[in-house]
Amino acid sequence: MSEHITEIVVFTILFLVVSGMGFVAARWRRPDDLASLHEWGLGGRKFGSWVTWFLVGGDLYTAYTFVAVPALLFGAGAMGFFALPYTIITYPLVFLVLIRLWSVSHVHNLVTPADFVRVRFGSPTLALLVAITGLVATMPYIALQLVGIEAVLKTMGVTGDLPLIIAFAILAAYTYQSGLRAPALIAFVKDSLIYLIILVAVIYIPAKLGGWGSIFDAAKAKFDATPAPGDGILLNPNNQLQYITLALGSAMALFLYPHSVTGVLAARNRGVVKRNMAALPAYSLLLGLIALLGYMAIAAGVKPITSGGKADANTVVPLLFDKMFPDWLAGVAYAAVGIGALVPAAIMSIAAANLFTRNIYREYFKPDATDAQEAAVSKIASLVVKVGAVAVILMIDPQFSIDLQLIGGVIILQTLPAVALGLFTRWFHRAGLIAGLVAGMAAGMILLYNIANPAINHAHFGGSAFPLSQLGLDTKMTIYAGFLALIVNLAVAAAGTLIARAGRLADGPDGTRPSDYTADEGDPRVHEIELSGSH
Amino acid sequence: MTTPSSDQRPARSDRNPWNWLLLVPIVIPLITALYNADQPRLLGFPLFYWLQLAFVAVGVVCTTIVYRTGRKRGGR
Repeated sequence: MSEHITEIVVFTILFLVVSGMGFVAARWRRPDDLASLHEWGLGGRKFGSWVTWFLVGGDLYTAYTFVAVPALLFGAGAMGFFALPYTIITYPLVFLVLIRLWSVSHVHNLVTPADFVRVRFGSPTLALLVAITGLVATMPYIALQLVGIEAVLKTMGVTGDLPLIIAFAILAAYTYQSGLRAPALIAFVKDSLIYLIILVAVIYIPAKLGGWGSIFDAAKAKFDATPAPGDGILLNPNNQLQYITLALGSAMALFLYPHSVTGVLAARNRGVVKRNMAALPAYSLLLGLIALLGYMAIAAGVKPITSGGKADANTVVPLLFDKMFPDWLAGVAYAAVGIGALVPAAIMSIAAANLFTRNIYREYFKPDATDAQEAAVSKIASLVVKVGAVAVILMIDPQFSIDLQLIGGVIILQTLPAVALGLFTRWFHRAGLIAGLVAGMAAGMILLYNIANPAINHAHFGGSAFPLSQLGLDTKMTIYAGFLALIVNLAVAAAGTLIARAGRLADGPDGTRPSDYTADEGDPRVHEIELSGSH
Repeated sequence: MTTPSSDQRPARSDRNPWNWLLLVPIVIPLITALYNADQPRLLGFPLFYWLQLAFVAVGVVCTTIVYRTGRKRGGR
């Protein structure tokens, strides 16, 4: 531990400075009153282009991403690079979708994706299913942020649970106090640090390792030497379909996550959302370069830390920094990862809390809840969510969180017909959508259950690549399980809709009008609701 | 939820023929045949890596054009 003392000091100082900012954030653009979900949970819905860029970017590109994506390349090669096409596709894909969501949410005072489903399809059951799906998908994601911090602490020789608990206690305290303003303000620091570190890393490390060419050659030599058939610095005929469907499926799922929606709804107007769709890919470039840290680690001869006989691939990036950077710079890099965990963890817990408050508490327990009551419940729910995340990481094998997050990605995708397609068409019947959602989830779980992964000693839930041979096809190709599940979902939703229509089953009322989907800041109805603030 | 009010603003629309341009950065990164090769290398990067990084620029350009043209057409 003593040889890491400089790193620990730099890490601690930066961490404390940022935490201080989190508490001060409550006074930033100070509202008259933080006691409503629009203020606490959406930062007053007044964020401009820059704040939104940092907030959404800090939200989507998490510490776990920075640690796990290079670890994926380190272990499997080209397949891990799916993260790049995924984040290129996602913005043009959701460009026209999110502006409609922004508009309808501002006309109808909606805070969560489930809120929208409730108004659009007039079905509390469907809204509840969407809300629970969001909660289940978000919880392990929060827990995974701790895995990022843990990897950094482990590399610095800091062991034990206490540092993690302290870090999350600080996070919980300032999120409780400042709401969405805290991560928005901290995101500035986090992203500046990360950009700085990566810029240095992609210039400095290759120079020390003999150039990019030799880094890729070293990676190729490593994969050629392993017996595993699926790895390599290029794709093979069997994993290309997986690469495509995983990139596309993940791109479709990204903005269905409640925390992504939270960042978007906090924008001031549609123009801010559109500008961000054009500007957010700057992070994708960063992500692509970060991914390549995995190959740099191979070229630098990094061996992941093993604990309990299992190699922890998530430590390769921190170890690379430790090996290549001077101590103080490694300390800054660790702080960047650590702070990088706090921003998304805060936003995710706020989003999860909003879901609970709006779609469970208000819908089922206290329909006449006031704004102040909603905010109070959300603040407490955000605490509960974080305590739960810490408990999951400390008490259960972290691998379990990774499995859960994998499942989360597959099930959140199942809300696509109701949320994303629902923004464009009211063709689906609520009964069809409910049947589709349930069928898609069941299909997803069955598919994931049947994926084995000998590498991590899993007979089930061993990854997202489903072998098509299990469906009786004579091929070694694999496909993203979430994608297959979504096809099942859409088929059942369509069939269910036709059956429900034929049987003249009552459909829910649509509370929206076509013009709601194009409303913008300054429109009378948008303004009216902002002023009155409540129903 | 909301009471319908009688405001009838000039209808804003998201329709814009340039929107089709959004398909370009969605479809191109999904065609693995375009980039699944080592050669030619650029600055030591195999084609697989540098071309996919270049697709980021394609995405930015297409999305920016759609945003700019959409704004001229009366929306924001």
